[in-house]
Amino acid sequence: MSEIKGKIIRISGPVIEANNMRGSKMYDVVRVGDENLIGEIIRLNEDVATIQVYEDTNGLKPGEQVLSTQEQLSVELGPGLIANIYDGIQRPLPAIRQQTGDFISRGVQTLPLDRKKKWRFTPQAKKDDHVTGGDVLGTVQESSLILHKILVPPEVNGTLRSIVKQGEYTVDETIAEIDTPAGLKTLTMVQRWPVRKARPVIIKYDPSVPLITGQRVIDTFFPIAKGGTAAIPGGFGTGKTVMLHQLAKWSDATVVVYVGCGERGNEMTDVLQEFSKLRDPKTGELLINRTVLIANTSNMPVAARDASVYTGITIAEYYRDMGYDVALMADSTSRWAEAMREISGRLEEMPGEEGYPAYLASRLAAFYERAGRAKLLGSQETEGSISVMGAVSPPGGDFSEPVAQNTLRITKVFWALDADLADRRHFPSINWLKSYSLYLEHVNGWWEQHVGTDWFKQLTKAMALLQKESELQEIVKLVGPDALPVRERALLEGARMIRENYLQQSAFHDVDTYCPGKKQTEMLRLMLKFSDRILEAASKNVLIDDIIAMKSRESLARLGKVPNEEFEKTFQKVEHEFEHEIDTLLKRREL
Amino acid sequence: MKNKDIEYTTVSAVEGPLMIVDGVADVAYNEVVKIRTPNGEVRTGQVLEVFEHRAVIQVFEGTRGLDTKHTSARFIGETMKLGVSKDIVGRIFDGTGQPLDDSPPIIAKERRDINGEPINPCAREYPREFIQTGISTIDGLNTLVRGQKLPIFSGSGLPHNEVASQIARQAKVLGKEEEFAVVFCAMGITNEEANLFRKGFEQSGALERTVMFLNLADDPTIERIILPRLALTCAEYLAFDLDMHVLVILTNMTNYAEALREIAAAREEVPGRRGYPGYMYTDLASIYERAGRIQGKKGSITQIPMLTMPDDDITHPIPDLTGYITEGQIVLDRALNKKNIYPPIAVLPCLSRLMNQGIGKDRTREDHYDVANQLYAAYAEGCDLRDLVAIVGEDALSERDKKFLHFADLFEQRFVSQGSFEDRSIEQTLTISWELLAQLPDAELKKINVEYIKKYLLNKKD
Ligand SMILES: Nc1ncnc2c1ncn2[C@@H]1O[C@H](COP(=O)(O)OP(=O)(O)OP(=O)(O)O)[C@@H](O)[C@H]1O
Ligand SMILES: [Mg+2]
Repeated sequence: MSEIKGKIIRISGPVIEANNMRGSKMYDVVRVGDENLIGEIIRLNEDVATIQVYEDTNGLKPGEQVLSTQEQLSVELGPGLIANIYDGIQRPLPAIRQQTGDFISRGVQTLPLDRKKKWRFTPQAKKDDHVTGGDVLGTVQESSLILHKILVPPEVNGTLRSIVKQGEYTVDETIAEIDTPAGLKTLTMVQRWPVRKARPVIIKYDPSVPLITGQRVIDTFFPIAKGGTAAIPGGFGTGKTVMLHQLAKWSDATVVVYVGCGERGNEMTDVLQEFSKLRDPKTGELLINRTVLIANTSNMPVAARDASVYTGITIAEYYRDMGYDVALMADSTSRWAEAMREISGRLEEMPGEEGYPAYLASRLAAFYERAGRAKLLGSQETEGSISVMGAVSPPGGDFSEPVAQNTLRITKVFWALDADLADRRHFPSINWLKSYSLYLEHVNGWWEQHVGTDWFKQLTKAMALLQKESELQEIVKLVGPDALPVRERALLEGARMIRENYLQQSAFHDVDTYCPGKKQTEMLRLMLKFSDRILEAASKNVLIDDIIAMKSRESLARLGKVPNEEFEKTFQKVEHEFEHEIDTLLKRREL
Repeated sequence: MKNKDIEYTTVSAVEGPLMIVDGVADVAYNEVVKIRTPNGEVRTGQVLEVFEHRAVIQVFEGTRGLDTKHTSARFIGETMKLGVSKDIVGRIFDGTGQPLDDSPPIIAKERRDINGEPINPCAREYPREFIQTGISTIDGLNTLVRGQKLPIFSGSGLPHNEVASQIARQAKVLGKEEEFAVVFCAMGITNEEANLFRKGFEQSGALERTVMFLNLADDPTIERIILPRLALTCAEYLAFDLDMHVLVILTNMTNYAEALREIAAAREEVPGRRGYPGYMYTDLASIYERAGRIQGKKGSITQIPMLTMPDDDITHPIPDLTGYITEGQIVLDRALNKKNIYPPIAVLPCLSRLMNQGIGKDRTREDHYDVANQLYAAYAEGCDLRDLVAIVGEDALSERDKKFLHFADLFEQRFVSQGSFEDRSIEQTLTISWELLAQLPDAELKKINVEYIKKYLLNKKD
């Protein structure tokens, strides 16, 4: 390959132009200027390449050289990803810190994976095996939670000429040799993969298993399936980040990839520190041991936001290819879209709606398309999934803008965050009337089989009650609560119970932060029963003030905070208590 | 000859705040330019774009009087820098970093790029140290912690300056005597407003510990683009080199954003919402993110940016993008101000995102989080009822609802309202909270742990 070396002719923020670049390809990575800044070619015109630079361009001059690597922007995939935190182009932030201190300077060169660390490799294939892309060559215990499978890269197939014995190897050491139609291929534990290209699968299936998140309003009313996609739009301070953190903490995914794209530095610090302390409720292991973090904060170079999203999803695909359920959170996809807009503006492309480029919709779609439950490559019949949850930050909290609208066209779940709810500290501020999930039917079977048969019936009933509440509230606004018949007022009380104590869930309460599936269905059962019984009481002329004054309302309100290990006993007690209280009210009425 | 000795007289165009120079060589992106006007005055500019031999320059002091014939430009070979040393404390500077007071220029120990560098998220220390401001709505409900960026959203004519001065005057970390400094960055505010702050600093004895960067209402607007960067470069030096706790007041960010818009318009960029540039989020983030704490360092940078919401509209791009970057917001409200409530803080839209880890046992008090939540819920309900009562009258309410309605009024009068020199301790704030909560039925206090209700309410009632 002959060298392609050009010269900078123009610098405008994160975008530069260089001439003498003939022979370069779109999306090739280049090294820019005396400090070897990393950039990517995003337009070619004759011998002039337009390049987005992933680092600060201050002080660059026309005339400085640009060198093409003639390789697409790629990530390194192999053991050592888990528990790491990377910038948008997969440079490990801890390593950057060692080189440049507390602040990130530009021009840092580091490799994504530790070269010195030895991993214990256990072979699963043997000499002379015929292997194809996706087959497992061996395994490495990457963390206490993740058994990392070393796979044959997607496009490779042939006969294993050799494979190493069980032992300790670095990621650079050869572990296998394959005779392929194209010749001998030596493999290490690392693969490189271009981030803008989806890793192949055989076929995508419809998702059918819910991703259990421990968040009541989500699991019960607006579930996401493993392999599904969800959008969380909401104005500032409505709770997108807290929600994504909750999902990253408590979802029953095997691997979590958390992408902080153009958001706050402290939030990434928070994830890093909290996840190193918190334990997975299922396995009791530290959460960080199943998590990969990508942090491209708002003050880091804007072009790298684009890269960060692709870096994240490619890493997610890699773990999916091992047969795992992966969950990816992206906070916030709006910042990514804005980066597209900024770069597009600098390219003087024809602006579309609100200045976003015309390809906004297709880029978003292509990204979410990389989610899904899939049959994987390889001779074994295996499945894996990627669920994607993306925050959207609409200007002024108005969902009619292009990023929210284009996202909603693609994603199957819509968690609409509501500033009014957030203002009154109703959290999670998911608006139950506007939100939806198109997976309800898909996951129903799972709930019936694993938790209880009433799941769907209960949620429909609760939702109907909440709908009714909102209609009644419109009337109350005009005539006052007094004017309503007692029955309707009782109905309002029943709805209030669910709204205030089931839908609301504190992310910061030690117990309430995670509500297991079984506890959810029990809680809702009790609350619906309460609602039924007070309706009954009201229709038998029990006074509404007596209903409101019931003491057991308070115990019901606190169900979420009852420790998860012993909830059954307490729930029984509470149920007993309120039945008794209502019975007494009824009896008194009859006398 | 070095480039920085060449005087280019090849100015080809002057337009709005921009000037274009042709035939240049070896010019760097963002490099500083010294511009000599036809009558010999020297101004400062910065390279916004270079294309082969042409440079687009933004001129900080404005382009009035520049021409394409006699004006010359010299590229000084480096990006904008600020000289720092510990003598910077107590000094006053103008929009280009030149001293405004009578003392001689400081002898810089080091010259730092004013754009700074992003703090590595791995190096950050999550802020959790409670700052008592003595203002109940902040301490009780929207707690400020060291290293936070917490803006004040205001409207024209509202007392944001008084509130900010009160915070600056009263802010302290309990039980600690530590080195602190105030960095005050004024963008386009009036002389009178600047004096109010100065007086405040004087009263609290902070003046000698204050660094002021002033660009007043009649100073060149484009300078406002660099002013906060000068101030934050100074703050970073004080916090992370000299171990000081630095409070940075940036006022008024609305004027900053206007300057940004002016440049964008002059460059004929595709405008984003309401004419503000599409990259305003990123630009503002490059300012606000320069707050925080760093592991192993004693110092901290706490930012209180102030802005006026055009037309009191919180969805306007300036407050909106700010809210998307900062760690909460304190919102002032015209209706409360009309009711003569000072500080007119509308608590519902306020937020402190860093509150949770800064309060509670061993930090403020065990019941703090629950109490704050309960106050919020009760006040929100009271406000709803107010709207209802306006239509259907108070008689239509149940006894329970009447209590909440009454609670909302009391809350504004006793909790929100306080003197501009009243410095309430967190204990006082919580005591008032419980007195107000006592007005509600105990069973309604569902957000509060039963233990705390017993300890702080029932025991007292007996
Ligand atoms: N489930 C929850 N439980 C308790 N508090 C919550 C919850 N969700 C959000 N909050 C509160 O709301 C605040 C704002 O939430 P968050 O930071 O997630 O907002 P956001 O939508 O990400 O805002 P931005 O777009 O500005 O980043 C949090 O700091 C927290 O105080
Ligand atoms: Mg957020």
